Amino acid sequence: MNKEKLYPIIYHLIIISVGFIMIYPLLWMVAGSFKTLDTALDPSLIPNKLNFENYVQGWQGFGDLTFATFFKNSFIIATVSTIGQIFLSALAAYGFTRLEFPGRKILFGIMIATLLLPRTILRIPQYILFNEIGWIDSFKPIILPRFFPRPFFVFMIVQFLRGISKELDRAAMVDGCTRYGVFFRVLLPTLKPALITSAIFSFYWAWNDFMTPLLYIQSTELYPVSLALQLFSDPNSVTNWGAMFAMGTLSILPVFIIFLFFQRYIVEGVSTSGLKQ
Amino acid sequence: MIDKDLIADKKSLKNKLMNSEKLAGFVFISPWLFGFLAFMIAPMLLTLYYSFTSYNIVGNPIFIGLQNYTDIFNDPKFYTALKVTFTYVFFSVPLRLAFALVLAVIFNQAQKLTDFYRAVYYIPSILGGSVAVAVLWRQMFGYYGAVNTILMSLNLLERPISWIHTPDTALWTLILMAVWQFGSPMIIFLAGLRQIPDSLYESASIDGANWSQKFFKITIPLLTPVIFFNVIMQIIRLFMAFTRVYIITQGGPIDRTLVYVLYLFRKAFRHTELGYASALAWILLIIMAVITFIIFRSSKYWVFYQSEEGE
Repeated sequence: MNKEKLYPIIYHLIIISVGFIMIYPLLWMVAGSFKTLDTALDPSLIPNKLNFENYVQGWQGFGDLTFATFFKNSFIIATVSTIGQIFLSALAAYGFTRLEFPGRKILFGIMIATLLLPRTILRIPQYILFNEIGWIDSFKPIILPRFFPRPFFVFMIVQFLRGISKELDRAAMVDGCTRYGVFFRVLLPTLKPALITSAIFSFYWAWNDFMTPLLYIQSTELYPVSLALQLFSDPNSVTNWGAMFAMGTLSILPVFIIFLFFQRYIVEGVSTSGLKQ
Repeated sequence: MIDKDLIADKKSLKNKLMNSEKLAGFVFISPWLFGFLAFMIAPMLLTLYYSFTSYNIVGNPIFIGLQNYTDIFNDPKFYTALKVTFTYVFFSVPLRLAFALVLAVIFNQAQKLTDFYRAVYYIPSILGGSVAVAVLWRQMFGYYGAVNTILMSLNLLERPISWIHTPDTALWTLILMAVWQFGSPMIIFLAGLRQIPDSLYESASIDGANWSQKFFKITIPLLTPVIFFNVIMQIIRLFMAFTRVYIITQGGPIDRTLVYVLYLFRKAFRHTELGYASALAWILLIIMAVITFIIFRSSKYWVFYQSEEGE
């Protein structure tokens, strides 16, 4: 066989085998969710028989709370914070790119600098504040800080806006639109790709967030999925691996589905974050 | 008559306001500005203030000057946390970026199925931030986990060990997980690679350059701005590691995986030593600022921007 033919075969073989090792842990979890309890920790990827017992057991949850509650909580937190986050980020992006006002450049620079600020250091006073006003054990302290524009999203939308001709704004203003009208009627619709990308990331981060609910949520009925999964591994009781794998698989399913359908947006979003600074 | 004038005045005022660009600018950025002041600047300053106090949430903060800071510098756990975090970052970042770069170069070739492969390699990163994957990792590297079974069946291990409970291996299970999730920098490298014009490689080929010459003389130099960005972002991200450590090892065994943020979290919310934890937070901020500053300063020696070079 000549070299030109051999090379692609070796290429595909190596990429596939390494790729298999890469996703083996995830496949193992999915396989484990279908295995019977005695074989759940077996390394094989093929369940001895396809049983849904783990899903039924896992879904029952803890006490009288099923996973329906935890999924509902996660959806509320992720959806509400995403809607606020994206809309307000788009407003800020428009203000920073299209309007001239005193201090614009400095404020934009400050916003970009805060991209690098580790948010962990803001936790303590936020906790003290929310504790003071009696918001502990509610969704409010989780959602509210996520509502305000995150520099990452503003920056992403700014990059997109810079690619849209200002002629569009001018034409609309000649037709009698105010700046507010330009934003809502003209730019918001054209921003759709950037908004989808931002929405995906915002939803994804809120969905996966563990530290914030860990700090603020005490009652089990308000637990999002990320916290509820932790309950499976109570060190004082025997862990039901099968049920935990089943609910773990379900918990990453929304993220996986979003990834499947919106891969292009995710890849674009990650790419723009790293280029064209 | 007067009424009419007033109405006209009001109308023109309204028009004026609606058409003022300066006002519109502030209106549009005001949500950001509010969030920035209320959820960033104010907390930062408050953290600084609390760091000079003794405060356990009941009662009022008591001003104690620099006491927290001197306590921290005499706290062996603080140094443990620093050592653990630096070790974690020091091994994870270069390994993660090396994998990301190598695979980006591979996926940048025109071969069949690359989009599919890229997706497969990216999946661990996209799902990796979840609690489910952290819990999964704990099982895999536990005493009864799949890792032991596989290694033993390959005769690489004699008897099972709990990787996450063994002092010498615990941190490495976390580093391995961090390296496993090289997807985001890989995607960013790929985007960077696609901006390098093919003509450069073509003319290098004509000049007789081989694979490694092209890689080290063209690819790497032109990619340095992207490498620079990835290094900074990954250092910050990994320095902040919390959730996975909290779930997989809880900082143990014997504090071998006690990362800085986990220590801060414990001090603040388990021991409610909020003043002490605030001081830890400010020290963290200063460490991050120094690291970022050093990397930025060093960048002029190793980062090449095309616009400067292309003259």
